[in-house]
Amino acid sequence: MGLDFSVIPEYLDIVLWGAAWTIAITIGAAIVSFFGGIFLAVVALYASIFVRLPFRAFAFLFMGTPLLLQLFLIYFGLVQVGIDVPAFMAGVIGLGLHFAVYNSELLQTSILAVDKGQVEAARTLGLSRMQALRKVVIPQAIRDVVPPIGNNMIALLKDSALVSVIGVSELTLSAQRAIGSTYRPFEFYVLVAVIYYIINIFMEAAQRRVERRIQASK
Amino acid sequence: MDFDLMQRVFPFFLEAAWITIILSVLTAILGLTCGILGAAARLSRFALLRFVGAAYVSVIRGTPALIQLFILYFGGPQIGIQLDAFEAGVIGLGLNAGAYMTETIRGAIITIDKGQIEAARTVGLSRLQTMRYVVLPQAMRLMIRPLGVNINALIKATALVAAISVVELTYTAQRYIGSTYKPFEMFLIAGILYMIIIYVTGQAVAWLDRKARIN
Repeated sequence: MGLDFSVIPEYLDIVLWGAAWTIAITIGAAIVSFFGGIFLAVVALYASIFVRLPFRAFAFLFMGTPLLLQLFLIYFGLVQVGIDVPAFMAGVIGLGLHFAVYNSELLQTSILAVDKGQVEAARTLGLSRMQALRKVVIPQAIRDVVPPIGNNMIALLKDSALVSVIGVSELTLSAQRAIGSTYRPFEFYVLVAVIYYIINIFMEAAQRRVERRIQASK
Repeated sequence: MDFDLMQRVFPFFLEAAWITIILSVLTAILGLTCGILGAAARLSRFALLRFVGAAYVSVIRGTPALIQLFILYFGGPQIGIQLDAFEAGVIGLGLNAGAYMTETIRGAIITIDKGQIEAARTVGLSRLQTMRYVVLPQAMRLMIRPLGVNINALIKATALVAAISVVELTYTAQRYIGSTYKPFEMFLIAGILYMIIIYVTGQAVAWLDRKARIN
């Protein structure tokens, strides 16, 4: 059959639109996973056992099963309970929750590693428990987990390709559309791989910059 | 919760779990092979091999595994590679896991104290002998746990082959979700089977790790 990359320019705008959606999903899911991770970590460490146990079970289930399976659960599960969300939202929620669980595991360790004296000092100054947690402990805990959370975000970008399976028109699915009319899978999937690789390089550069700034602030 | 339905579909999930296990084992074997070769290339004396190793790791880790599978399975025929979905799954996932394992194995090897290598070379061992008798016996112990983490990720990554229609656990779950509209039940069955596979593998890795520590 041979290769013919000359078909690409005609469909480039579709694919680049897809890339824009991939970036949007990655950012959306990154935000969900960040705040979700903080929430899950606080629940795991401070909530009463009756609250903690169901969340523990949820985390256990999400860490032990493939993301693709979770996406099917969330997409079809939400419809099942009567919440009709667009595929894009289901993708953001699914990816976000999946990585929230991993971020939470990182944060739990780093929250526990913050010096106890800091909380005592904050409490002595008159901050409530919640305030001490929010203004003293969590900011420091987050600073310590920036490098591994950065790695999770880069993994999130690559895993965002999976949401094409539940019908989100991001980079991968856009390429599939172009392939549907050109029958040139090799050319378009290679193009898609190159685009992911470039976004990946930018994310790694950003990660290094943030890490340097944090190093300087310590 | 529809337990009656769960009971009825369970045998089909068990069959699918078996496919997931076979897929995981074959992928792990290919992944380890690629990992060993990759680490050897990255630590080689020859600049060309080092470059090939680094490029392999960078390209594979910089792009989604799903796209790698698609290039192999859908794009392969265009460059003369004809594979069925299962073969494409094993080869694609194996090459992918191999890149992560390359870094794990290399990481364990370079943590071995340089002084030991110099000492071994001074005593008269060749480069290869130093590797075989001094570095690897120590590095192997260090890499068991992190390779276990790679294998855990690999088992979950086998779900991706559902996208190229290999009838394994996730594909089966997807199919039954579509036909029964019971996503929670199907997720629960598949999820528990995945966790059993991962738990048993984890125990095996922990056992190996303990064994390696005693000696």
